[in-house]
Amino acid sequence: MEPNDSAVDERVSIAVEVLYFARLREVFGRDRERAQLPADVRNVADFMAWLRKRGAPWDKELAPGRPFLVAINEEMADPGMPIRSGDTVAIMPPVTGG
Amino acid sequence: MRRSNPRIGAIACFVGVVRDLNEGADVADMTLEHYPGLTEKALEKIEAEARARWNILDALVVHRVGVLRPSDQIVLVVVASAHRGEAFQACEFLMDYLKTKAPFWKKEGTPQGGRWVESRQSDDTAAERWRTA
Repeated sequence: MEPNDSAVDERVSIAVEVLYFARLREVFGRDRERAQLPADVRNVADFMAWLRKRGAPWDKELAPGRPFLVAINEEMADPGMPIRSGDTVAIMPPVTGG
Repeated sequence: MRRSNPRIGAIACFVGVVRDLNEGADVADMTLEHYPGLTEKALEKIEAEARARWNILDALVVHRVGVLRPSDQIVLVVVASAHRGEAFQACEFLMDYLKTKAPFWKKEGTPQGGRWVESRQSDDTAAERWRTA
């Protein structure tokens, strides 16, 4: 793909694969989905805000200050981490193994 | 493990076991969920961090997933070093970090139905004490 093509794609929308785990998987009623995000969703914080617009239970579960974890492409991510087309974004409760 | 390296003078190990009681409810079984891919990476990272802090000659971490019952083993951590101090410390560090950083989630089956185990502040506190300034 030419560099210009991906730049054009990202202006239109960002396609990501989203994974949900454990309690959040049950609350949201899905273990994965393909999401088409508007171009102004640039980072993890923007993406969480976009998901909260779906209303209950997304708004409550993903509210700022709630203790959930986000990973992008199997790396733990903080709110400022950029999201790009083709990324796999995982949303997880705090871990309870061991 | 000890046959692999004659410099090993100490092997510390920890085994985590499923209890039949938690937060006042009978636990009939426990289901462990994980994130294939990220979980392995997280465990490798935790082990690398332990190796950077202590002179570890060998280490092994095994964590089970799926349905477990009371008295089943959930997790095994084994650390080999030249002397016991490092083996004990690294073993405890690996468990404390695993409990707060490795993507595993427990769901308990109780007579009242399934319930997800909540993360514990005491586990965060235990991991926190290993932090270097």
